[in-house]
Amino acid sequence: MKVVVDMAKCQHYGQCCFEAEDVFQLDDDGKLNYAPDVDESRRSAVESAADVCPMQAITID
Amino acid sequence: MPVAIVGGGLGALRTAESLVSAGYFGEIVIVSDELHHPYNRPPLSKEALKNGIEAESLAFKRKPSTESVTWILGDGVEHVSFDSRTLTLISGREIVFDGLAIATGIRPRRLRSPGPTNGRHTLRTVDDAKSLRRSLQNSDSLLVVGAGFIGCEVAATARSLGLSVQVVAIDEQPMINPLGRELASELRRRHEAKGIEFHLGIGVDAFLGDEFATGVRLADGSEHFSDVILEAIGSTPNTEWLVGNGLDLSDGVTVDASMRVLGTDIPAVAVGDIAKYPHELFDENPRRIEHWNLPTETGRRAGKTLAALLAGETPIVEPVNFIPTFWSDQYEYNIQSFGIPGLADGQRLSFGGWDGPLVVEYFRGESLVGVVGIDSVPQLVPYRNVLMKRA
Repeated sequence: MKVVVDMAKCQHYGQCCFEAEDVFQLDDDGKLNYAPDVDESRRSAVESAADVCPMQAITID
Repeated sequence: MPVAIVGGGLGALRTAESLVSAGYFGEIVIVSDELHHPYNRPPLSKEALKNGIEAESLAFKRKPSTESVTWILGDGVEHVSFDSRTLTLISGREIVFDGLAIATGIRPRRLRSPGPTNGRHTLRTVDDAKSLRRSLQNSDSLLVVGAGFIGCEVAATARSLGLSVQVVAIDEQPMINPLGRELASELRRRHEAKGIEFHLGIGVDAFLGDEFATGVRLADGSEHFSDVILEAIGSTPNTEWLVGNGLDLSDGVTVDASMRVLGTDIPAVAVGDIAKYPHELFDENPRRIEHWNLPTETGRRAGKTLAALLAGETPIVEPVNFIPTFWSDQYEYNIQSFGIPGLADGQRLSFGGWDGPLVVEYFRGESLVGVVGIDSVPQLVPYRNVLMKRA
């Protein structure tokens, strides 16, 4: 599946990292990095990450 | 008969999703007095005020699991009878249900001070935000009564739109409850550096004006005038419709750690801002906390609990293991917290300096109960695990 983070909305709060740390990480400067291509087996974790984003910046295809 | 979810915010949506993923296949009806499907409220004091966002663009994504939910919008619940498991809506319509989820949240508390009631904005819904935005667009000045999250955020937004802004509050510092005196006075300094004028530690005696409020008189006799007035003095839980069913409604709805409502045998849960429960990582006292992450966390639990009750099973009651978390954007400053810093009797600056990026640790006795950071997410994030493992 494809994951897209709208970086215009993202405020780098890092909440998504707690739900799926293999997909979303904050770097040393506190900026979000993420893997756009994610194995289908991680769908539930990535959906949880999208749910907890305060800016609702994460979409999944 | 359906599950009735009363209230149409984030907690209602997450409860419906969780019910379905827990294996409930029956009908779900969501009843809300708002006209909109669930939407994200945090932007209402920030981007929406600045740029004019519509409810549709703030709406939460709807998952396939909740496509069959029946929505009754623009019609609140007047009363519920637990004995007959019947909702009576304001329109007069009645809904008989098997299970109930209470998700009616909160509304802004109002001051009872004398004076005109017209022209006093509050901010909770997207329609409130639209109305406040219209007023701000045609005005040069804003007076905010209250110095909590919403008061401080709207003050910052209005200031960045070029309005002159005064903040009046009974509190001695802005956001003193979650931040403690030292960090709150630093926040005040940052607001003042942007041009905010504070009148703190003093109550409002009266609203001034004829037909519309145009100012306030404070307890010291001083009078302050403004084009726009916002009341942001906290919240009241929307529990009136629950009266008469033997529940303790002293401050919200008391539930156990599974979000099951205490004091009734019918299958009922409460979620989000209205739910009062023990945060067992901190202590056994039931608390109602209004942070954004909690409707999702409590909704996830409540759906499972309600599905179990409706299947005739005993719900699993696990101690609450999620951490209250808040964020607040004011000007360029990004404030974030984990835990319940308001429980603290002591604090310590653990990173940075008071006038820049920083992290403050909050202690009750020897025990870390919370942490607040400004512009320091990388330093702050590790504390979440520390707080989760402290039990």
